[in-house]
Amino acid sequence: MSPDLRTRLSNVELENPVMTAAGCAGSGRELAQYFDIARIGAVTTKSVMLEPRAGRPAPRVAETPSGMLSATGLQGPGVDVLLQRDLPWLISRGGRAVVSVAGGSAGEYGELARRISDAPGVDVIEINLSCPNPAGQGRHFADDPEEAARVVSAVRSHTRSDVPVFAKLAPDVPDLVGLATACVEARGDGLSMVNSVRGMTIDPRTLRPAVAGGMGGLSGPAIRPIAVGCVYEVHAALPHVPIIGMGGVRTGADVLEFLAAGASAVAVGTINFADPSACVRILRELEETLDDRGVTRIADLIGTAHRPMGAALGNTSATL
Amino acid sequence: MNEQGPVQIRCPVLTVRRVDAYYAITVVAPGIAERFRAGQFVSVAVGGEQSSTLLRRPFAIHDVKPDYGGTVEFLFSVRGQGTAWLSERRSRDLLDIVGPLGRPFPLPRDPVNCVLAGGGSGAAPLFPLALSLRRRGCRVDFVLGAASADRVFSAITARRVAETATFTTDDGSFGVHGAVTDALGRVIEDARSDVVYSCGPMPMLREVTAVASAHGIPVQVAVEETMACGTGLCMTCVIPVVGEDGITRMVRTCMDGPVFRGERVRFDDVGTIPFDALGAPGWKAHHDSDVTDREAG
Ligand SMILES: Cc1cc2nc3c(=O)[nH]c(=O)nc-3n(C[C@H](O)[C@H](O)[C@H](O)COP(=O)(O)OP(=O)(O)OC[C@H]3O[C@@H](n4cnc5c(N)ncnc54)[C@H](O)[C@@H]3O)c2cc1C
Ligand SMILES: Cc1cc2nc3c(=O)[nH]c(=O)nc-3n(C[C@H](O)[C@H](O)[C@H](O)COP(=O)(O)O)c2cc1C
Ligand code: FES
Repeated sequence: MSPDLRTRLSNVELENPVMTAAGCAGSGRELAQYFDIARIGAVTTKSVMLEPRAGRPAPRVAETPSGMLSATGLQGPGVDVLLQRDLPWLISRGGRAVVSVAGGSAGEYGELARRISDAPGVDVIEINLSCPNPAGQGRHFADDPEEAARVVSAVRSHTRSDVPVFAKLAPDVPDLVGLATACVEARGDGLSMVNSVRGMTIDPRTLRPAVAGGMGGLSGPAIRPIAVGCVYEVHAALPHVPIIGMGGVRTGADVLEFLAAGASAVAVGTINFADPSACVRILRELEETLDDRGVTRIADLIGTAHRPMGAALGNTSATL
Repeated sequence: MNEQGPVQIRCPVLTVRRVDAYYAITVVAPGIAERFRAGQFVSVAVGGEQSSTLLRRPFAIHDVKPDYGGTVEFLFSVRGQGTAWLSERRSRDLLDIVGPLGRPFPLPRDPVNCVLAGGGSGAAPLFPLALSLRRRGCRVDFVLGAASADRVFSAITARRVAETATFTTDDGSFGVHGAVTDALGRVIEDARSDVVYSCGPMPMLREVTAVASAHGIPVQVAVEETMACGTGLCMTCVIPVVGEDGITRMVRTCMDGPVFRGERVRFDDVGTIPFDALGAPGWKAHHDSDVTDREAG
C-alpha cells in the first residue's frame, strides 16, 4: 500500500508535501511542459507586486559551490496579469496555488491580499518579508519583528478568513524565533522558511561582484543545513504552527529531513533550474524512502527529530 | 507533456571529437532531434548527479541527424569547469539534456536571399539554419568571423552549403583581416540579400543589426545571455527588447528568445534596466506622461 502523503497547512489540505518555492517555478506554466503540475502538493507563484516591475540589471546570477547567487529584483508583470492570466491557467490545470506577495509598505501588502484572496483558487497567501522597507533605512521588513508583524496583520485583515496566511522568513536575522513569534501573534497562520541567504561572490577575472548590485541571495543545497536548523528551532518554539520548509531540497531524503525538523510541507527551489522534473522525481523518491521505512502516514513524521527516542537524535546542541 | 515542447532526456554520448579549437559532442536524443528547429539550444547538466556544479550549460544545436533514431550535435570551447568536464566525456557516457529550448529562427515563406553572419562559436546554429533555408529554395551566403583561423567554425561545411562563404579573422590568419561586419555590407550588396541571420557576441550583433538596417533589410539575431535555468523559471537571462506595441520589456532570452528581430533589441542598454522599460523605477511616471502627451495631442 502506498503511503498517505496528505498534509495540512492550517485549514488547507494538500495531496502531498512537495511544493515549488516562490520565484523558482515561474507561474507553473513553464514547469507544466515537463510534468503534470496537478501531481505536486502546490505551486507557489513568483512574488507579485501591485505594479509591473523590471527588476535588477544583468548579470543576475552566478554559480557558487552547491548553490547559486542571484539578484533578479522581483521582476514581474504585476498583480493584474497574475489574476487575469497566470492564476486562472494554474487552476484550470488542476494546480493548487500558493500566491506570494511582495510590497514596499504594509498598505501595499494589504491591498495585494485584498485583491488576491477574492480570486478563486487561492489556497494560501505567502508574504515575502524579504523586501526592502523604504521606511526602515533600507532594512528588510523581516529584519524587524514589529515591522514584520505590521505587514502580517495588514495581510491577515484583508484576506478571507478561510485562506491561510503564511509569513516567509529569511534565516539571516538577529532573532528568528522572536520574528516568527511576532508573525504568529499578528495572526499569521503559518511560516515559510527559509528565503535565500544574503551573500556575495567576486568574479575572479574582474575582481568585481559577479552579480550586478553586489549582494545577492544564496540558494541551493549549500544553504540546506541553515534552513533545516531554522525550521528545527522555530518548530521547537512554536510546535503548533505549520511550517513550509525550503532551502536546498534536492532529493526525497532532503524532504524527509525537513519533515523531521518540523515542516509540514517542503518547497523545491533552485533544483528546479537544474532539473525541471525535480518535483516529481523528489515525490517518487520520498514515496520510496517512506516505503522502505514502513512509514504509512507523512503526518507521523513531522517533527520526529524533536522526539527524544527513535532513529533521529533529539538533542539541540547543533543549534547552540 | 507537450508534443512540441522541450523534453528532458538521459542521452548516451555517441562521439566526442576535436574540431579545430572546439569540441563536438554527438548524443543519441531522438526526442530532441525530431522536435528541433534551427536556432534552438539544449541545456546540459554537468559534473554528475550529486555535483556541486548545479547550473546547466546552454549550447546551440549544431546538427541533427537521423542516425541511431535521431542524434544531436553541439560544439563548444572549454571555458571553465563545466565545459572541461564535458570535454572529458566518452562514448556511452550518459548526459542529462533538456531541449530543444527557445524560439527558433523564423523562416521566410518564399525563396529569398539570406546572408548568415556568425562570430566564433556563435556560428553553430547557423549551419542547420542554412540547410533549412536551402531546402526552401533560398540562396544562402555565409560570413563567418573569429579571433583566429582555428576558431573559424566549420569553414569547409560553410563553403559546401552556401553560394559564397566569406571568412574574417581579427589577426588576419585566415580570410579577410577584420570583423564580420567589415565584410557583411559587401556580401549583402553582391548577393542582393533580402534578410540577415546572425549569432555571436552581443557587440557583433549590434553592428550586424546596424549594417542590415543601413541596407534596409530585416535581421534576426540569436543572443547569448547568462542563464540559470534555460526553461523560463528564474528570470536571470533578461535583456531589454521593444515589443510590437513600442513598449520595452525585460524579456527572457531562454524562452522569448534566443532569436529576436535585431531592430527590437536595445543593444546599448543590455546589462541595464532602461528607464522607460515596463516596470522600471521611472516607468510609471514616463508612462503617465506619455498618456498626457497623447491626450494633449
Ligand atoms: C543560448 C546559448 C547558446 C550557447 N551556445 C554555445 C555553443 O554552441 N558553443 C559554445 O562553445 N558555447 C555556447 N554558449 C556559451 C556556453 O553556454 C558557455 O561557454 C558555457 O556555459 C561555459 O560553461 P563553463 O562551465 O565552462 O564556464 P564557467 O565560467 O565555469 O561557468 C559558470 C557559469 O557561467 C555560465 N556561463 C559562462 N560563460 C557563459 C556564456 N558565454 N554564456 C552564457 N553563460 C555562460 C555557465 O553556464 C555557468 O552557469 C551558449 C550560451 C547560450 C546562452
Ligand atoms: C532566482 C530566484 C528567485 C526567487 N524569487 C523569490 C520570490 O519572488 N519570492 C520569494 O519569497 N522567494 C524567492 N526566492 C527564494 C526561494 O523561494 C527559496 O526560498 C530559496 O531559494 C531557498 O530555497 P532553494 O535553496 O531550494 O532555492 C527566489 C530564489 C531564487 C533562486
Ligand atoms: S534562464 Fe531562467 S528564465 Fe531564462
